[in-house]
Amino acid sequence: MTVWDDLAGQSDAIAVFRAAATVPSAGESAEPRGDEASVRSSMTHSWLITGPPGSGRSNLAYAFAAALLCPDAGCGVCPHCQQVAARTHPDLAALATDRVIITIDEVRRLVTSAQFSPSVGRYRVMVVEDADRMTERTSNLLLKVLEEPPPRTVWILCAPSAADLLPTIRSRVRTVRLRVPDVADVAELILRRVDVDEQTALRSAREAQSHIGMALRLATNPEARDRRAETLRIALDLRSVSDAVIGAARLLQIAGDDAKAITAERDAEEREHTLRSLGVEPGAAVPMALRSHIRQLEEDQKRRATRSLRDGIDRILVDLLSLYRDVMKVQLGSGGDLVNTELDSDVRSAASASTPSATLATMDAIALARARIGANVAPALALESMLVTAVQKEG
Amino acid sequence: MAVRKAAPSRAKAPAIAQLSWNQIRPAPVVLVSGTEGFLADRAIRYLRDFLKEEDPSLEVSDVQADDYAPGELLTLASPSLFDEARMIRVANVEKCTDEFIIEALHYLEQPADRTCLILRHGGGVRGKKLLDAIRGGLGGGVEVVCAELKKESDKVAFVQAEFATAGRRVAPGAVRALVAAFSDDMAELASSCQQLISDGAGDVTEQLVNKYYGGRVETNAFTVADAAIAGRYAEALISLRQALASGADPVPMVAAFAMKLRTMAKLQGARGGSAQLAAKFSLAPWQVDRARRDLQGWSDQGLGRCIQMLAETDAGVKGAGRDPVYALERMIGLVSARGER
Ligand SMILES: [Zn+2]
Repeated sequence: MTVWDDLAGQSDAIAVFRAAATVPSAGESAEPRGDEASVRSSMTHSWLITGPPGSGRSNLAYAFAAALLCPDAGCGVCPHCQQVAARTHPDLAALATDRVIITIDEVRRLVTSAQFSPSVGRYRVMVVEDADRMTERTSNLLLKVLEEPPPRTVWILCAPSAADLLPTIRSRVRTVRLRVPDVADVAELILRRVDVDEQTALRSAREAQSHIGMALRLATNPEARDRRAETLRIALDLRSVSDAVIGAARLLQIAGDDAKAITAERDAEEREHTLRSLGVEPGAAVPMALRSHIRQLEEDQKRRATRSLRDGIDRILVDLLSLYRDVMKVQLGSGGDLVNTELDSDVRSAASASTPSATLATMDAIALARARIGANVAPALALESMLVTAVQKEG
Repeated sequence: MAVRKAAPSRAKAPAIAQLSWNQIRPAPVVLVSGTEGFLADRAIRYLRDFLKEEDPSLEVSDVQADDYAPGELLTLASPSLFDEARMIRVANVEKCTDEFIIEALHYLEQPADRTCLILRHGGGVRGKKLLDAIRGGLGGGVEVVCAELKKESDKVAFVQAEFATAGRRVAPGAVRALVAAFSDDMAELASSCQQLISDGAGDVTEQLVNKYYGGRVETNAFTVADAAIAGRYAEALISLRQALASGADPVPMVAAFAMKLRTMAKLQGARGGSAQLAAKFSLAPWQVDRARRDLQGWSDQGLGRCIQMLAETDAGVKGAGRDPVYALERMIGLVSARGER
């Protein structure tokens, strides 16, 4: 077992990081060797991992962190590897946010902690999970440490794409791009991690369009599957403006339920994890001294819940887009596998009932709804308008 | 769809009385369940007032089920020297510790005399074993269900009940205005009802509500929407200007249009009696009748175009457009033409 095992379809990126992790750190090889220059060139102090949501950016970042901190280059079982997995390793500092932006204070704290030298390992590793969520001012603060990195610190930034960062930061980091993993890779990962049959694993990977987190959820959570199926059914059954308005209300409910389910799962997990790390068994009373700690966690969770409806709507829109992309594929006869193969006959009849330009208009309407909800338009109105466009089959 | 999946095996139907929040009454154990915290608080307060009136020496104590100290329940319920009546309010049962479940179950085997144990459970699966036992009749309790008032018709009924309890007559327009103004905060909705009740004796009219909550209640917005939907373009434009001149916000203006057109769209082509449709779409029967009248002369496409325009206008008044007033006027133009332009 190694820390690289559970990363679907990213062998190229893994090869880069493995090579980097095996380079001795500056302090270790006092005597320069002949091939030092070439060996050293595979290691650098600042990295950027880019890839679409669900491709496993942050998982890869932590695997690399473990490989840098583990005496055995990421064995996956030693205390170092386990501490990285639990985010408790003394030489790891991680910045993950559920808010829309990373605050300047969070980055300031991280930058300060980067000045300490490693306490037990070869490196101090700093992970910033959503480096795209920084304002320019915050980015500039980060830029300063990237320009003059304290010795033996390694920065690993993650973002959807390099274009999401300031050019000045981009030029300081070595970028490793993840690809969208194949459906087969994701299915294989699901089979390794959870107890489901191959059929379910493949279907979930396909329906999640290779988004690893979503695929795992679809594979293991029948309610999530039902919600997805109902979402597509609503779109397929649209006949009138009345259907559109009623359908939009239902979609909002589904998004809300989905958001609630995800939030509840994550909150409970997080609470248990926190309690355990504080030494409290599940179900036991929380000692007085730790209560403020828990209260803080609960407040953070509450704040996060406000963002989750938007995320729930986003997931629904991604699912709807997959349906209309399938319809378009059939209409254009372009071949290739459908995402929603289980709905093959529905997709075909939807394709013959409308035109490619109408389908395109619907796909644009989905993108527009998403942008509008992002700009604070009432979600009900944005979804209603989107489904009204979907009703207009003439384009 | 001939073969239906077997329903998931559920817990048996509760064996104890299921009451709404305003029917709460004393029992050895009162389970107050449901997500509407405001109603639950209110129900528990009613019960406390009631018990206190019956016995002014009532001893009230509070327990946090998520912070439960072992033995607490027994200590609070054990007979005291003067044998006062007791009320034990337990909060956060939805996050209770295992210890609490064990001790509560134990207590319910033999509840203390002259003691009312109130368990507030805000929803979720934690403590299910305890809830099932109470619902099965253990301890001889009742359950007060405080479900969230999601539907507009529930809120309308709530407001009507508030005034009915106080023996005050309230106009449908006043109810609508109140629900529209405070729809996302039950506590505010209730307190505004109480204020109207305590401040006068006459009938509560829409004008009165407007006078009280004029800043919040966008009755102006409804006036504009009503005129536009009925095709009275000039009148709608004039009332828009008046509303804006008196400081009305463009955002609730779009919301008023959306509320009306949404109801119309739901009812477009729907068959059945008002009461039946009202139940189906979570509306009040008068809303159904009104929307049906409003639908005269509208086509499905026209309605669709107007709904698309509303979304665009909402984006426009929230910053996407340079001129919110122009966006509103354009919307009124299209709606007044019933989307046929
Ligand atoms: Zn290791």
